Amino acid sequence: MIAATLAFYLFSALAIVGALNVIFQRNPVHSVLWLIFTFFNAAGLFVLLGAEFVAMILVIVYVGAVAVLFLFVVMMLDINITMVREGFLKYLPVGLLVGGILLAELITVFAGWVMSDSADVLRAAPAPDPSDIGNTEALGLILYTDYIYVFQAAGIILLVAMIGSIVLTHRTRAGVRKQVIGEQNARRPSDTLEVVKVESGKGLQ
Amino acid sequence: MAELWINYIWPVVWIVIQILMFLVPILIGVAYLTYAERKIISAMQMRIGPNVVGWFGLLQPFADALKLLTKETVLPTGASPVVFFLAPMITFSLAMLAWAVIPVNPGWVISDLNVGVLYLFAISSLGVYGVVMAGWASNSRYAFLGAMRSAAQMVSYEVSIGFIMITVLITAGTLNLSALVEAQSEPLFGVLPGWYFIPHLPMFIVFFISVLAETNRHPFDLPEAESELVAGFMTEYSSMSFALFFLGEYANMIMMSGMVSILFLGGWLPPYDATPWNLIPGVIWFAAKIAFCLFVFIWVRATFPRYRYDQLMRLGWKVFLPLSLIWLALTAGFLVYFDKVPA
Repeated sequence: MIAATLAFYLFSALAIVGALNVIFQRNPVHSVLWLIFTFFNAAGLFVLLGAEFVAMILVIVYVGAVAVLFLFVVMMLDINITMVREGFLKYLPVGLLVGGILLAELITVFAGWVMSDSADVLRAAPAPDPSDIGNTEALGLILYTDYIYVFQAAGIILLVAMIGSIVLTHRTRAGVRKQVIGEQNARRPSDTLEVVKVESGKGLQ
Repeated sequence: MAELWINYIWPVVWIVIQILMFLVPILIGVAYLTYAERKIISAMQMRIGPNVVGWFGLLQPFADALKLLTKETVLPTGASPVVFFLAPMITFSLAMLAWAVIPVNPGWVISDLNVGVLYLFAISSLGVYGVVMAGWASNSRYAFLGAMRSAAQMVSYEVSIGFIMITVLITAGTLNLSALVEAQSEPLFGVLPGWYFIPHLPMFIVFFISVLAETNRHPFDLPEAESELVAGFMTEYSSMSFALFFLGEYANMIMMSGMVSILFLGGWLPPYDATPWNLIPGVIWFAAKIAFCLFVFIWVRATFPRYRYDQLMRLGWKVFLPLSLIWLALTAGFLVYFDKVPA
């Protein structure tokens, strides 16, 4: 129990340190690396909660795929740090405004947060014992039965977003010579080669 | 005090002992994998290979390691020092971390995770960071180009690896690696071994090729293509940091071979549970399967020319991804139609 508590404080402290570093690093690439560090600590917190499936998915999806693309883009962009600094004062009021609104929203949400009366009833409702069903299985049972429409809708939204971004960024360029591997494989020697016996002293017409 | 010892200190000591029991053989394995690679390729090219240091050149890997250690560690101008030295460490430790969940015999595993397959997939998908960080931190064109190629390549092939893993998972009905191996013990039609490479033969081949791409091995070694990029992302590394990359890459090969053995070749299981086969202990079977996969790795290197970058992308996205998706749908349909879905 002590070990779990210690691990909790370790992961949360490191997550906060990581998150602060994401903001305060001068170099954007270092920021992304700190972001990855934060993801790892969040995954550690999920493991402590006993949600190992969510922890693994967090690492696979966010660290293994999303953050790789972040890093990829940030490295390619070659951001000029002095130029970013120049605009700081100009954009400060807008930033403060957005931050202020978010803070006010959070305060209103958390100040007005009360437990629903039915929360106790829900908790008492028959649910499988967490010890005899793995959380991968439990998630699957809920996701593909009770929430199947919401789940499918989320999938369709992602699909539409993907198709949209492809349509928006796709451009067809003229004069590109593409390799068609099927055509190349279908070529036979007889299509391109002709073996001719030439009589000596005559040559080909 | 005694309670503290039993509850806290001894478990930690025991885990450390277990970890050492895994890591020492792996590191020796890495050393002799480099030797095996040189010997096998030299045999295929009708050369002799290393034969001077020790009997049949058996001490060659240690001579190479000593040589690397005595070299100077170079930090390029304008390189980012922390990230530069962090990159090889990440590559190396990730290759070691994966062994925490790999079972080598019934019950012989450091951590018998419920989500072992996902853990392996997560660890192997992190491998790209060592490469990308090395390429960026080196502050060199060649290294950067190598890193960019590698990032795109590893992310592309991971997708089909993921789908193939899901196919195997729905056949076995578990995410636990030990249970996954046990699920392959039932003989197929009563005569063939129950290993998944027989029913999933096309996916076994696709998976192996994707693993080649994931580990940046030939014929997909574009990130370190020496004819165009010197040594790719490793260009600026020397001495110990280079040695760590080298160890990490080869340990990764062993780890991926272990993954292939568990998912498709039945892990520690003998082909038949009959007398001549099951006299050999499971560890030996597992090691033999890993050795076979590693031999194919080296064989491919000696045989095939390097892919061109656009061909590599085409193979990953336009051939392997649809193929593995179709196979996943077919497997799921088969299991449901014949009522064979594992409980």
